[in-house]
Amino acid sequence: MARSTMDAAPDHRVGRPPRARRRRTPFQLVAQVLGELLVTAGVVLLLFVGWEIWWTNIDSGIKQEQALEEFFSDAPPVTAPDAAGAPSAEDFGDPAVLPQQDLVGTFGVVYIPRFGENYSRPVSAGVGPDVLDNLGLGHYPGSGAPGEVGNFALAGHRQTHGQVLDQIHTLVPGDRVYVQTRDGYYTYVFRNTEIVLPDRADVIAPVPTQPDAQPVDRILTMTSCNPRFGAQERIIAYSVLESWRPAGAGPPPEIAENVARAAGQG
Amino acid sequence: MYGWIFRALPGPLWMRVILSVILVLAAVMVLMVFVFPWVSQFNPLTDSTIGTP
Repeated sequence: MARSTMDAAPDHRVGRPPRARRRRTPFQLVAQVLGELLVTAGVVLLLFVGWEIWWTNIDSGIKQEQALEEFFSDAPPVTAPDAAGAPSAEDFGDPAVLPQQDLVGTFGVVYIPRFGENYSRPVSAGVGPDVLDNLGLGHYPGSGAPGEVGNFALAGHRQTHGQVLDQIHTLVPGDRVYVQTRDGYYTYVFRNTEIVLPDRADVIAPVPTQPDAQPVDRILTMTSCNPRFGAQERIIAYSVLESWRPAGAGPPPEIAENVARAAGQG
Repeated sequence: MYGWIFRALPGPLWMRVILSVILVLAAVMVLMVFVFPWVSQFNPLTDSTIGTP
């Protein structure tokens, strides 16, 4: 409280003990505690947003690295394609298919050059939060194995928790999607995307959207949220198998460097 | 409330400042390691699967 020097009133502050505690009424006390709790709640909510959007990606990245290491410690060693001497266009016949009971844990790796030349993500069994929130891509239980006639169906986050399918809308028809298992390398060609409502479980049927049809094609379906940062819809990306190479023939030359890097040999 | 906690901490001012920083960091750790992962599974905005698998 400012007083002019012209003020005739004596200065009461002189001689008063400094920092005397102001007594609060019970109402003021309650209001203050409530206010502090509300401010805390706001800060905690902001922290949660930061955690969800930023930290979960770092956390999931570390766990995906570990899953990749685990996969490559069990998989046969990666042969360099030129050492094996197989031309990239050689036809190796019908692809080997992992039996359903072997689709456990981290059983494969997906390479999508369109998402970046270093893009290599583990594929693990299951689409629960334990898999998708930690390990990246999850395989719908009961859907086909890589290379199988039918539908090899994967799910992945568009945002947060590694956001493994963040770039899914940038795929162009003709883009290659490579899947590696312990048996070999499957090359899928991206065909189209489709945006559907979240209850459309028929997109992961052996023949997508036709649950009663008999499958003849070898399809790869990836599902993620749409729009980005939202989940009102799902974006579905379909690819069709083009070719495959057994593990002994080495990876397709287009992804050889990336495979070697993922395997820790590059 | 926080004023009361700060006054209740022992030691001189510098020690109480360090202690309160440690308390804040501990609270953030508990939130990030235990609370947020648990809350996150109820977050419908990160649901990327189709149907009800």
